[in-house]
Amino acid sequence: MALLRRPLLLLLLIVTHQFLQFRIAFGSVNEEGQKQEEFYEELLLKPLPDRKLLTHFHFQSSAPPSTSNGHHHHLFPKAISQLVLKFQVKEMELSFTQGRWNYESWGGFDPIPSSNAKPPGVELWAVFDAPQHLIDALWKNLTHTLSGLFCASINFLESSTAYSAPEWSFPPASGKLRYGTLPREAVCTENLTPWLKLLPCRDKAGISMLLDRPSIYRGFYHSQRLHLTSTGSGSEGMDPGIILEQTLTVVLQPDSQRASLAHASEKHIQPRWSLSSIFGKRISGRCVLAENSNVYFLLDRGLVAELEHIHKENVLISEKFWTNPSFELSAKPDRIFIEESRLLSKNASVLYKFEIEKYSESEPFDLGLFWKTPVVWLCQQAPLHASRFLMGSGNERGAIAISLKSTQSSEAFMGSNSNDERCELRVDVFQVVPWYVKVYFHSLQVFVDQQPKAVSDIIEKIHVSPSKDKVSPGVMELVLTLPCSVSSAVLTIEFDKGFLHIDEYPPDANQGFDIPSAIVSFPNFHARMVFLENDSLNKSPLLSKFQEKSPVMSYTEVLLVPLTTPDFSMPYNVITITCTVFALYFGSLLNALRRRVAEEERFLKDKAAKKMGRIPLLLTKLFAKLRGRHLEGPQAPPASSSFINSKSVLKVILIAGLAACWQYYFS
Amino acid sequence: MEKVKKKIGSFSFWNWVTASIIFRLILIYFPKNLNLSSRPEVSTPLTSFRRLAEGYWLKQSSMSPYAGSMYHGSPLLLSLLGPLTINRIEGQPNHLLYSLVSVIADVVSAMLIRATGQNLRLAYLRSLESLDLVKQIEVSEFLFSGDIAALIYLCNPFTIVACVGLSTSPIENMAVILCLYGACSRLIPLAAFGWVIATHLSLYPAILIIPVIFLLGCGPDSPPRKLFLQRHQQKEVLNQSKLPPRFSWGPVIHFAFWAFLWSVYVLVLCGISLKQFGGLWEMFKSTYGFILTVEDLSPNIGVLWYFFAEVFEFFRNFFLIVFHVNILFMILPLAIRLRHRPCYLAFVYVAICSMLKSYPSVGDSALYLGLLGWFVNELADMQFSLFLFCGYVGVSLLSPVMHNLWIWRGTGNANFYFATAMVYACLQIVLVVEGVSAMLNHDRKLRNLITGKPQDAKS
Repeated sequence: MALLRRPLLLLLLIVTHQFLQFRIAFGSVNEEGQKQEEFYEELLLKPLPDRKLLTHFHFQSSAPPSTSNGHHHHLFPKAISQLVLKFQVKEMELSFTQGRWNYESWGGFDPIPSSNAKPPGVELWAVFDAPQHLIDALWKNLTHTLSGLFCASINFLESSTAYSAPEWSFPPASGKLRYGTLPREAVCTENLTPWLKLLPCRDKAGISMLLDRPSIYRGFYHSQRLHLTSTGSGSEGMDPGIILEQTLTVVLQPDSQRASLAHASEKHIQPRWSLSSIFGKRISGRCVLAENSNVYFLLDRGLVAELEHIHKENVLISEKFWTNPSFELSAKPDRIFIEESRLLSKNASVLYKFEIEKYSESEPFDLGLFWKTPVVWLCQQAPLHASRFLMGSGNERGAIAISLKSTQSSEAFMGSNSNDERCELRVDVFQVVPWYVKVYFHSLQVFVDQQPKAVSDIIEKIHVSPSKDKVSPGVMELVLTLPCSVSSAVLTIEFDKGFLHIDEYPPDANQGFDIPSAIVSFPNFHARMVFLENDSLNKSPLLSKFQEKSPVMSYTEVLLVPLTTPDFSMPYNVITITCTVFALYFGSLLNALRRRVAEEERFLKDKAAKKMGRIPLLLTKLFAKLRGRHLEGPQAPPASSSFINSKSVLKVILIAGLAACWQYYFS
Repeated sequence: MEKVKKKIGSFSFWNWVTASIIFRLILIYFPKNLNLSSRPEVSTPLTSFRRLAEGYWLKQSSMSPYAGSMYHGSPLLLSLLGPLTINRIEGQPNHLLYSLVSVIADVVSAMLIRATGQNLRLAYLRSLESLDLVKQIEVSEFLFSGDIAALIYLCNPFTIVACVGLSTSPIENMAVILCLYGACSRLIPLAAFGWVIATHLSLYPAILIIPVIFLLGCGPDSPPRKLFLQRHQQKEVLNQSKLPPRFSWGPVIHFAFWAFLWSVYVLVLCGISLKQFGGLWEMFKSTYGFILTVEDLSPNIGVLWYFFAEVFEFFRNFFLIVFHVNILFMILPLAIRLRHRPCYLAFVYVAICSMLKSYPSVGDSALYLGLLGWFVNELADMQFSLFLFCGYVGVSLLSPVMHNLWIWRGTGNANFYFATAMVYACLQIVLVVEGVSAMLNHDRKLRNLITGKPQDAKS
């Protein structure tokens, strides 16, 4: 018995132990060898040449691939992981933007503008990891889910007229990518709140505490972005790992009215600012759930070059760099990073890092910048500045022109980039037009330096999917190869304006309709910033993002096309008048055909009487008697009665037919 | 005397023809300034030159010409006229070759109209002779209706505008006229070819099969057999040789055979040219389907675009049926009443179609106005002709103005333009109705002359 009892006890022990172990494992996910869910929060501040300040919040949560039984998440937002699982999303990006990124003064070459400058309104693209025939259905469901998740009208992207499937303008996805924009979506705090809900600390702790709604929405540009990538799981039973990247890019004007008014000499000096003056808040400690909580201050290449030019020495990386003759930082940075390109004796940007860990409630972090001398610099531009405009007048037709102008700053860059003879600049253009802008693709014209060029000389590759009325938008993807010496290039394409049914007009029809931004990208140019001291970078998702080789991209303006409107107030009038005209046609023509003059009528009667035998004649007489009328003599006005009779019969038949149709269509 | 008159007539006829051709050629040389090719009166979605060019471009870039909803014409037109949309001659206007093709099509149509008109006139005189009415009606005062019709067709501003505006309607009109010419002169394969091509290009000429059958069965102008019998009953002499022929089925079967042959031929050609794309089904969907469902709501001179832009979505199908059935309903009554004048029946059908079709253009009006010229003698005492003439002039002046006010200046609204379209539709209705009653009255007059009764035809 004791012999028997012992193994039982042992078994019990083992079972309970296993159970306990499982409990522990379930609770903390902290098993050895398995990655943990991670969260990083970072903030990048960068002064812009036109007295503005770029603040770029970057939050990254990642969930490692896990076994499918564990749907529980520690830090990672459950809504997002469910969305990825349900719709088999491989990669997705959603952005809400207000205002337009000013490529000319805020730069277009850095990683920040090329991946965070977005078109106004909502932009969504997603790559699905599903069979081709399911993708449209998945996209539709995804738009509805996102619409609910972010309190926005993303569900309008569901209709097939609103999204398109670009072939090669985005990361190649072999037809599994869908792209849609809503240029007129109003972005406001109701979209930000659900976005913040995805963060583990929300806006209660850490860097996100700075997100004070009034100051954010006062900015010149505001773009909130959500990018998620699911890394395919190796084995079958595993859920995919997800990396969720949330960024918020705000361009703010530091409130420097008082300072500039006080000293006239300070007018040209860049405004002084501090976190507390822009956001009205300070960072009181980090979000405890975050692995890493840093604030960066970036001086871009142009600014660094300018400062070095002024002081003739490397003040920025010397001792006491934070209080140099040009500016003064209110906090001491923990680290300095210098861009790798400095080794190549080129301009390099400088990055100061502040670790939030050191600060606490009692000693909150507040970074301030105070300029001592006036500095003027330029941000690095994309090789060509893209803009787009409409040509023509009237509401019947027009033309879209995409103009690419060479930027001054890029000339030297291009010159050094390619010294060989046939230097070519590759430009990709991606343009979606809604169906009511009926584009004539054969009218595509290219002008290089104001000279018309043959389309085949400039356009290397073209992919067009023409718009179908009320079904799909028109998509145009072009690969242009321009000579490097180009100073301007213009593409024009003509279109006819469509006419819509009155129900298809939005409530403010006379405001016009938007043509979404075109995307102009330069695949030969890569926006990347590689900083020295790589070993410490691995922990910062923001800096590793900067190191990624991504092509320089820019968005053009949204175009507003006014369309002709019908008269919304009188559908009934139109219906009744048109039907009257048709009735006039039908009635009068039939009348003209069946009208007989009196003499003909008499003749026919005679003939009929002659032809009829005795019995039918009697019958007709009888009928006439029954109807209480005398048989009409030959002199009686013949037309009226028969006319009315047949007319009434016709009417009855017509009405009966109409009623039958009506019944049929309503049942 | 008559000879001299005829000589003068023919001399001035050729003068007018040359003048109208020269006028066209002059206009062709500045199409950019006129911008006629994008006028809503000239280019409907079916006949627009720019859409043809777009379809050709799509085809050249190895896409189906019907991808997107730009091109809705025939694939044959694309292969024939498509290359002309891009061919350029240095120093000449862009679309010179294409315009020349339209001019040639117009001239050929005019010549065919003239030949048919002469044919008709002869047939009319013959039938009068057979009824012994030559004395009662002064035949010498008869106008050369063929010449008049050809001149009306050539000098009509509508035709000129459609020709210079690079629309495809001159070619569609030519196919219709070819069909009628072939039927009148008993060239059955030609008639079948014209009918098949016209139907293929714009669907509506399909109903011309009824007048063509009558033409082939009874000849271009035969007095009602009843009338003839009546006449000879009176005289009590029955001359069998003078009796108009009965309906003969031979040519009709012949026609049906040829029509079948030609349609198979056309379909095979279309199938070959669309082989690598969607095939014939796609073609039918985006040509005939597009015509029947009135998908494009851009303004034209008809009334349907505005109606379907305003009508409630759930009534749309109902009204589509009603409007198309309106054309079909009238086929039978007209065929019964006008069966002895098949050419006139064809004219009425063409007029009704151009009034009720989904995307009418002035090219369609040009066709029926030209055909109207055939019947100047018969319709001499038509009512409201001055009113109609003034109406046409007024509408064609007002309609561009209203369009400009609405689309370009934004000072008028859609109702202004729609009102002119409405008036235009009413004018065409009056023309058709008055034309039909005038023709019926003319027949009455003839009968009264035969039976010797006093004229009370006008009532």
